Amino acid sequence: MRITQGTFSFLPDLTDDQIRAQIEYCLGQGWAISLEYTDDPHPRNTYWEMFGMPMFDLRDAAGVMTEVQAARGTFPDHYIKLNAFDSTHGFETIRLSFIVNRPLHEPGFALGREEAAGRTIRYTIRPYATDRPEGGRYS
Amino acid sequence: MARANDRMATTEMADRYRAGVLKYAQMGYWRPDYEPADSDILALFRITPQDGVDPEEAAAAVAGESSTATWTVVWTDRLTAADTYRAKAYKVEPVPGSPDQYFAYVAYDLDLFEPGSIANLTASIIGNVFGFKPLKALRLEDMRFPAAYVKTFDGPPTGIVVERERLDKFGRPLLGATTKPKLGLSGRNYGRVVYEALRGGLDFTKDDENINSQPFMHWRDRFLFCMEAVNRAAAATGEVKGHYLNVTGATMEDMYERAEFAKELGSVIVMIDLVIGYTAIQSMSKWARRNDMILHLHRAGHGTYTRQKAHGVSFRVISKWMRLAGVDHIHAGTVVGKLEGDPNMVQGFYNILREPHNAVDLQRGLHFDQDWAGLRKVMPVASGGIHAGQMHQLLTYLGEDVVLQFGGGTIGHPMGIQAGATANRVALEAMVLARNEGRDIWNEGPDILAAAARDCLPLRAALDTWGEVTFDYTSTDTPDFVPTSTPA
Repeated sequence: MRITQGTFSFLPDLTDDQIRAQIEYCLGQGWAISLEYTDDPHPRNTYWEMFGMPMFDLRDAAGVMTEVQAARGTFPDHYIKLNAFDSTHGFETIRLSFIVNRPLHEPGFALGREEAAGRTIRYTIRPYATDRPEGGRYS
Repeated sequence: MARANDRMATTEMADRYRAGVLKYAQMGYWRPDYEPADSDILALFRITPQDGVDPEEAAAAVAGESSTATWTVVWTDRLTAADTYRAKAYKVEPVPGSPDQYFAYVAYDLDLFEPGSIANLTASIIGNVFGFKPLKALRLEDMRFPAAYVKTFDGPPTGIVVERERLDKFGRPLLGATTKPKLGLSGRNYGRVVYEALRGGLDFTKDDENINSQPFMHWRDRFLFCMEAVNRAAAATGEVKGHYLNVTGATMEDMYERAEFAKELGSVIVMIDLVIGYTAIQSMSKWARRNDMILHLHRAGHGTYTRQKAHGVSFRVISKWMRLAGVDHIHAGTVVGKLEGDPNMVQGFYNILREPHNAVDLQRGLHFDQDWAGLRKVMPVASGGIHAGQMHQLLTYLGEDVVLQFGGGTIGHPMGIQAGATANRVALEAMVLARNEGRDIWNEGPDILAAAARDCLPLRAALDTWGEVTFDYTSTDTPDFVPTSTPA
């Protein structure tokens, strides 16, 4: 399966040129870019690991691309996403977020069902990958 | 403000309050000298006086009937600070291009209203006055609420920013679809449509406004099957998914019961219809806030009073009321779809719902400066006769913070519902990508879609099926003010 979190997951994986164009758009909007990585892609895993601090003062797309390459070099088998953060009053949130690296093989998720009273079912979603310890899940 | 007693000599007061009938203007409801206070609530009415009624008297009558007046003088006014409580019509001007219509501006003192109650506000502003005989027609065009009044409302329980953070979806419009056919499916078959649409790439699916608890599908059955579909789709995609479970019912007790069940099943969102009324909407808003639930409002019924220009209530006013009352989603028009919506008017509604502050923008129907005082933003929903081939127009007209709902445009896809959903999602992501790259999507849109369709068979099929479908009818609710070129 293909995890479709992020803004552009239904398109073919973006080329580096396409990623650079999105970075330029974000920097042009005044947003700060950050990179995050994980090997636990649960849809409610909000806190992926930060690959360094948000790059508030880096206004150059080539510099950001260098960081993307560094993250891919360090975590080739992890999910890596690029976030653009807008500190404007009334937003103060992420404005764009898309995946720039993903594992070759994505096993997906198991849906657990616990039968409860009536016909109610309690659902739980579990990534198959998290059966293995963090760090060695997709290698 | 000077009190009436300070402004009038004793003999004038005696004359003013002599038993009998006075014109509303003479009773103090027409005050062309009045400077509205920052703390006043302002209303703009479009009035069509009966033949022989002068516009100032008609405006005064509107001010009177929507505040303190009755048809005759009453001495008991003198037991109150009547001049404060009287609404004041302070400006009347002809409507451009409509010779028998006038814009009447009315100011209301803040003390006329109960804090945080849309029911109380509307009982005055659109109460008796709309049936008043000296007017042929009356339309509430716009309102301005002072920050002090705005702050008495909780506003949207979730708001655009928090909704996106909960769903972990950024940078693009959200995608939805209403289950079709809207009536007749069993719970099991209904859930099939939900699963297919969410699995194919939509973020949300939706109950229609009149899906409540009918013989063919009782509400509990619908909720159970839909949540199975939602969770299956989430596991299949790794995304947070939702289905707007319509909790509209005959009584508040029914609605609370349904909403509690939706919560128990883990739904992220519930839905209500506008026809449940302002008080019920505010109750459900408070419930949603207590229970971390997104609250979707379907504007069922609004067309009965928003569509015709001469009489009723503009949807921009309904938008303001609903932002105050506190809903997270509201259907606000598509521009290009099958339902009424002039582009300028619709953009006016969207600005009201989404901006922290609205400046006067006559072309979009915004007659007042409105500061939202930090109130959360409402996500507009575009639904009704839209399809993937219009993606460049939708993104241009409606922007990014919107839910685009393709019901027929998903479920009617020749390759099936999943393919329909995928076509919409691919078209959307391709268009956002292109816009961010700086391309001119308005003109290049069809090329961008055609290029994306080369990698996506479902999108190609969607464009082949609906690419040329348009709904090109003249709108009835249109701007009164058009931009004119001024000499440089």
